[in-house]
Amino acid sequence: MTSKLLAGAEIEVNDEGFFVDANQWTEDMATELAEECGVPTPLTEQHWTVLHYMRQEYFEKGTGPTVRKLGKSSGVSIKELYQLFPKGPAKLAARVAGIPKPRGCI
Amino acid sequence: MLTTEPKKLVILGGGTGGTLAANRMRKVYDESDLTIDVIDQNNEHVYQPGLLFVPFGLAEPDEIVRPRDRQLKKSINYHLSEIDAVDIETSNVSLRNGTTLEYDALLVATGSILQPEETEGLDGPGWLETVFTFYDMAGATALAKKLETFNSGRLVINVIDMPIKCPVAPLEFAFLADWYFTERGVRDDITITYVTPLDGAFTKPTASATLSSLLQEKNIELVTEFNTGEVDGAEGTLTGFDGTVIEFDLAVVVPLHGGAAYVHDSPGLGDELGFIPTNNATLQSEVAPNIFVLGDAADVPASKAGSVTHFEGEVLVQNLESFLDGRELDAAFDGHANCFIETGFSKALLIDFNYETEPLPGHYPGPIGLPLLKESRINHLGKLMFQPFYWHGLLKGRDIPGIGADMPSHGKHRVSS
Repeated sequence: MTSKLLAGAEIEVNDEGFFVDANQWTEDMATELAEECGVPTPLTEQHWTVLHYMRQEYFEKGTGPTVRKLGKSSGVSIKELYQLFPKGPAKLAARVAGIPKPRGCI
Repeated sequence: MLTTEPKKLVILGGGTGGTLAANRMRKVYDESDLTIDVIDQNNEHVYQPGLLFVPFGLAEPDEIVRPRDRQLKKSINYHLSEIDAVDIETSNVSLRNGTTLEYDALLVATGSILQPEETEGLDGPGWLETVFTFYDMAGATALAKKLETFNSGRLVINVIDMPIKCPVAPLEFAFLADWYFTERGVRDDITITYVTPLDGAFTKPTASATLSSLLQEKNIELVTEFNTGEVDGAEGTLTGFDGTVIEFDLAVVVPLHGGAAYVHDSPGLGDELGFIPTNNATLQSEVAPNIFVLGDAADVPASKAGSVTHFEGEVLVQNLESFLDGRELDAAFDGHANCFIETGFSKALLIDFNYETEPLPGHYPGPIGLPLLKESRINHLGKLMFQPFYWHGLLKGRDIPGIGADMPSHGKHRVSS
């Protein structure tokens, strides 16, 4: 676990760069987080739809959704999700949305 | 004493979970205390671990299928019908054949289904010609024919996305393909590539490392973090969502999995994928206190595998009993899974793990026992000998002497990460 400075605040992140405490996140950190992990900026309205959905799911269910769940219920198709968050929408959207790494599937 | 009406248990699904639960519950309650109704859409109970062997001619379809109703004790009612929907508000299940069944407790054990239609092109041109799955009988038998005449080219094995039933099965398929082509003398003319969305060969780190080196030893290429967006059987390509293309002459694909169709037609019962939100420990659903879930239908973070369902069974029956008798649910499932992994040439590995502990080396069930995470002939025999036990022991609700529901820890070696 390490801490880093984001938008003037000291944030705790894990070894892979995921937030440990989702409550430390604010919207003005998103662009910097996106640039860190190769998500194209400026962030679009669709990016924000996904980011807000990620946070809502996290606070309701205790973990971020998988790509398949995102594709079914975020309002953005899986194809578009890969354009918005290339390489891995579930992981990258979680990182940019400031929630812990999703547990995924076994 | 007053005579009271028997309580009503309805079980959706007559597979591994539904059958073993029905038989175990019948041992605890006789007909005057509890009626048990089991529903399934067909009467073919497939021993699913056997599907892996069909493509290689190591099992014939009729050796691994038996009638569902014949696996149930006589005083259990069997309904052959599709399920229309569950009304969780009124505790009723409506069947396609017009019957409505009211329940005091409902057990959802309808497993998971294959959804090839959810991946662009997968069931389109080339399906069952150059693109196959061995995850159902039709696919496994068609693939057996195809493999007989496949003498050269690129075989690609692809898992589209998790969760899938038996996450080790596609790896076993790769190992057995290596053996099969070697036996036929054509291995040098065939490349085998294993393509997975995971960041390694398997979900858990220690086992993933062992399985990766096995793939390497057997000259099977491993491609990780590939997210299949489209399959084109006519062109022979897998295209990732990021545009990467993998070419094949023969693709063996594990399609996406979801819950049974009626779950989507039952308001409040399942999640987006059709799995039922379920308490990891008690196996009571989180959607209604009188609904319990066994096996693949649950969204618990355990492998979707028969061994998990088997170990869950004991906990489930205790908690169902407590629920019907109005007591606290005090039995807890630990996520125990136990899988033989066929590695070809009459050898197999064994892995044993739970929610907390990843598969580790050592021996099972104790310091003297089957070797864990290591290839051996005895594990291969163990895998073969399991089928008779499945039909005569596990489904009937018998315990295996010395094998408990909880994962044993003695005999395992901790690995420092």
